[in-house]
Formats: sequence, C-alpha cells, structure tokens
Amino acid sequence: MSAAPILAAFRQAFAEAWAGGAGALLPLGFLGGTAVLVPLGIGSDTDTLSAVGPGIIWVSLALSSLVTLERIFQADVEDGTLDLWLQTGAPMAGIAAAKTLAHWLAAGLPLALASPLLALMFQAQASLELLVHLGLYALGGLAFFFWGGVGAALSATVRRGGLLISIIALPLYVPTAIFGALAMTGGIGSDGAPMLLAASTLFACAVAPYAMAAALRLAAD
Amino acid sequence: MWSAFANPHKFLKFSAVAAPLFYGAGALCILWGLWQGLWIVPKDEYQGGDIMRVMFIHVPAAWLAMASYSGLAVASFVWFIWRHELADIAAKAIAPLGAVWTALCLATGAIWGKPTWGTWWQWDDARMMSVLFLLFLFLGYMALRASMDSRQKAARAGAILAMVGAINVPLIKFSVDLFTSLHQPASVITADGPKMAAVYLAPLLVSSLGHGLLFGGLVMTHMRTEIRQRRIARLTAQALE
Repeated sequence: MSAAPILAAFRQAFAEAWAGGAGALLPLGFLGGTAVLVPLGIGSDTDTLSAVGPGIIWVSLALSSLVTLERIFQADVEDGTLDLWLQTGAPMAGIAAAKTLAHWLAAGLPLALASPLLALMFQAQASLELLVHLGLYALGGLAFFFWGGVGAALSATVRRGGLLISIIALPLYVPTAIFGALAMTGGIGSDGAPMLLAASTLFACAVAPYAMAAALRLAAD
Repeated sequence: MWSAFANPHKFLKFSAVAAPLFYGAGALCILWGLWQGLWIVPKDEYQGGDIMRVMFIHVPAAWLAMASYSGLAVASFVWFIWRHELADIAAKAIAPLGAVWTALCLATGAIWGKPTWGTWWQWDDARMMSVLFLLFLFLGYMALRASMDSRQKAARAGAILAMVGAINVPLIKFSVDLFTSLHQPASVITADGPKMAAVYLAPLLVSSLGHGLLFGGLVMTHMRTEIRQRRIARLTAQALE
C-alpha cells in the first residue's frame, strides 16, 4: 500500500476544479456578486454594511462549498474511478480527504484570501484584524468543505443531489458558523472562540473522511 | 442478551402487549400532567403568567426531541455494526416521530416566547437554533433515505448520516451554558439538583414520562407496520416467481 493513489486523487481533484470553465473561480464570482448586490439590497449605510460584512462572507463561504461540492464524487461514481480506487486498496478515507482538501484549496482558500478586499467593500476599517479574519475564514471554510463532502459522498448516487447536500450539510455547518461568528465579534473572550473554531475544524477533519469513506463504499455497491 | 431483542417474532409478540400499555399509560400521564398544569399549579408571573402553563408540553417535547435523536443515532449505530434489521426498522420509525416532537417544541416555544420575551424567535439564541437544526437533521435523514433506490442502501446511508449528525445533540446542551441568551439555563437537571419548585416539577416529570410512553408506543406501531410491509413484499416476490 502506498500513498500514490491518494496523491493521484489530490491531483485529479485539483485539476478537475480548474477544468471545464474555471470552476474554481465560480465561488469568487459568487462572492463578488454578493458583495455588489448586498449594498444594493440593504442600502449603502456604512454602519450597516460593516456590521453585516463578516456574516455575508461566512454565508458565501458556506454556500460556495455547497455549490462546488455537488459533483465532486458523482463523476467518480459514474465513470468508474471510484471502483478503481477501491481496487487499489488505498485507504478510502485518505482519498476522500485528499479530494476534499484539493477542492478547499481551489475554491475555499481563494475566498478566504479575497476576504480582506471584500471586507473593505463592506466598509470595514483597514487594519491587521482583516488578516486575522482571513485566517478564521480559511479555518472555518475547511470545516465547511469537509462536512459538505460528507453530504456529497452520501448523495453521490442520487441524481440532482444538490438540494440533498444542502439539507444534509446545513446542520453540520452550525458549530463552525457559530464559533466563527463569535470569533469575529470577540464573544466569550478573545481566545476562546477562535480556539473552539479551530477545534471544530480539526474535529471535522478527523471525522468527516471516515464518514465519506463509508458513504463512498456504499455508492460503489 | 441484547440480541434476543433483535428477533422480529419476539418483537411482534412483545409489542402486541407493550404498545397498547404504552398508549394507555402515556395518555393517563399526559392527561394528569395537563390537568395539573392547566388548573392546579399556580401561575408564575415571572415566566409570563398563565402562558407558562405551555411548559408542560414544551419541556417534554424538548427533552423528547433530544432523546429521539439519540435513539436514532443508537439504533443506526447498532444496525451499522451488527446489522440487526430491527434496529434499522426502529431508526426508520423514530425519524418522522422525532421530527414531529421537535417541531412541537419549536412551536410551543414560539408561543411561550411571544408574550414573555416579546418575540416569536430570537436568532442569537443558541438553544433555539440547535433545536431548529435538530429538526433539519431529522428532515435530512428522511430525505436521504427517501432518495435511495433500495432498502439496504437507504439503511446504510441513513445510518452514516445519523451517526455523523449525533454530534449536534451534545452541542445543544453545551451551547446553553456557552452563550449568553434569552433562554433560561437548565433548571431541572443541574449539579445541585432541581432548581424548580416541586409543585411544577411533579407534573412536568409525569407529563414528560407520558410523552415518552406515547412516543414509544407510536414507534412500536410504526415498527410493526414496517415488519408486516416487508413480509408482504417478500411474500409477493415469492408468489411472482
């Protein structure tokens, strides 16, 4: 048993994310669209915008993970890639984690990297805090992608499973969303909330790959 | 010892007696609790006056919402590890009933909250949010099962999702103490014993027991129906061969 199938899965997922009409740019377009439409929708008042800005970015992160994850495992079930992976004897959890990580790198991390710019569009004060927020978005986004991956793996055999992924993943996003928002507003002490956010992300990274692996073995049957 | 409960024949025999008993005892407990709650106990002005009497449905529903999800997770776990079909049948029966009690908890909570706190719903209250997402967990479980094309696949996918979702149940209790909110902190199960006056506690506990018994009876009836449906499906398949 070697790590080769896992690396191959990572490369495949990363290439997949960029192939076919720049799929990885879709979340950025999504977020950019939101950044323009929100001020039009709720008014251009500076205080209001800077208050809702972080929340809008969290929501966009969660939604973009759902948008990009819909097809992540479905194509592998359809074209037989999944069966080949199972035959290599490589740990399925490792492959699932590699694919999810690649998708986060392609679609989640760029969102986090763009967040300071977007925060400025939402009238936030330019400060180093925006870079701290960038880290929080990256961390929370990772949890979103892993839990969303569970939904994607479970509905891999379901046609038009997008809605199913949303309803499965939504409750799993809750801890991350709550801790993320608390970390931004400085609730429960300055250190507590970021620590809890990190803990919930690590938990997702530890648990989700095994759930994905079990779901993918089911999908291959 | 436990595997004795996995035998559908023994379950059918047991539940034929137990389900009616659960219905009867549950009805008595709920009626007594309602009678005490609506007519006997004094109203608590601090909790909104007469509206606090909704507590005798709201609190049992909240407990049952959490307990039924735990039950769903345990049944899923047992099915996933030992493949006792009865565990899957139980999980399938628990999900819609759990969703109903969770919805009841949300509805009665909103009715209580409007006159007392001045709002039907408060978004920064972690406890309300957790129960809402518990409802989504139930709905997601049912939607996932319904979208699978075979019974075996539905059972497997459902079991995985229920076990993953089980992390939400401890979070409900955890979040109560973590966030400052409108919702009063736990007042029945605390380290120092119940903080609630005994006059409220007795009807509350009896009412909760009644809801639990009613829930148990309904689960058994659902399971009996499901066992018979599977039997019919098997016999039909045999007859067609």
